[in-house]
Amino acid sequence: MTPVDKAHILVNKIQDNFRHDVISTVVFRGEVTHIIEKNALKAVCNFLKDDNDLRMNCLVDVAGVDYSPSSPRFEVVYHLYSISKKHRLRLKVKVGEGEGVPSVTGIWSGADWPEREAYDMFGIVFEGHPNLKRIYMPEEWEGHPLRKDYPLRGYKDRYNPYGVEKE
Amino acid sequence: MILRKNPIEESVLFTSLENIADALRNNSIVNSIRENPVTEYVVNWGRAGAIWPMTFGLACCAIEMIAAGCSRFDTDRFGIVFRPSPRQSDVMVVAGTMTKKIAPAVKRLYDQMPEPRWVIAQGGCASAGGPYNTYSVVQGTDLVVPVDVYIPGCPPRPEALMFGFLQLMEKIRSENPAMLTQRKITYK
Repeated sequence: MTPVDKAHILVNKIQDNFRHDVISTVVFRGEVTHIIEKNALKAVCNFLKDDNDLRMNCLVDVAGVDYSPSSPRFEVVYHLYSISKKHRLRLKVKVGEGEGVPSVTGIWSGADWPEREAYDMFGIVFEGHPNLKRIYMPEEWEGHPLRKDYPLRGYKDRYNPYGVEKE
Repeated sequence: MILRKNPIEESVLFTSLENIADALRNNSIVNSIRENPVTEYVVNWGRAGAIWPMTFGLACCAIEMIAAGCSRFDTDRFGIVFRPSPRQSDVMVVAGTMTKKIAPAVKRLYDQMPEPRWVIAQGGCASAGGPYNTYSVVQGTDLVVPVDVYIPGCPPRPEALMFGFLQLMEKIRSENPAMLTQRKITYK
């Protein structure tokens, strides 16, 4: 199967089955990206994992992106790989501030830590996550440091005299 | 006949630390030993000749510290033997980037070390935050524990670390061994 055919399957399978949930699809150098509705995320993920032509059994990464000041502000990016079929797919979900995203830990248990990372760094809440707490920062940390409105040098405290003064 | 109590009897039996301290404070023999330059030299010679650092690393500088302890560089020939416990250590080598998350643990380890104790800040990150002027990194070990020797480099070569140890030895030799110097950290 040529790369073009693979991209063909990855594009059409999703677009045919989730006609109303796919907002847009981008194919760039053989990499397929679907931007999908948040409500359909779990259905799409279940389909991707179980479909015989797709078999996306490996969740490579879950990442958060802050597109502040545009709205909706955040985006959650899922990188998927099929070990048996050897193809990759990218899913993107737009999330507004204060909104939650359904957790995919029930589908791929490997989503546990990357979702905690996205929560820690951006404050994106993953609904249904079994243990959603900070993974990198200390537990008593305030704020989410990878957000665009968080100062690069942090806030001034006893460990950082060069930080920004907190109002 | 009045049975006179030996003033240092209790301290000999190690019953009370306060009694030991009181007995030693006003003891003329101890005072004369304290002011004796030969005693001072011998005590400092002993301390400088057996600096035991704590086996503890934070980042890539720790790899250089391990290399310094291994056979090619071999700190053992200076009496620098890495110890697995803060209770047995004289010097803490802060090897690497100290984040705000690990800073309380570093402070606790320092507090667990018995006096006299010294701190070496190895590398740019431990000295002043290095390239990481960010939200999560402590901007210098001196904000957490008092530092005796700063070693520049990113990371410093094992030779640089050994030079830092030699500088610390110089410092120990110039100290008054009978006095615990009050060290202050820069942050108030």
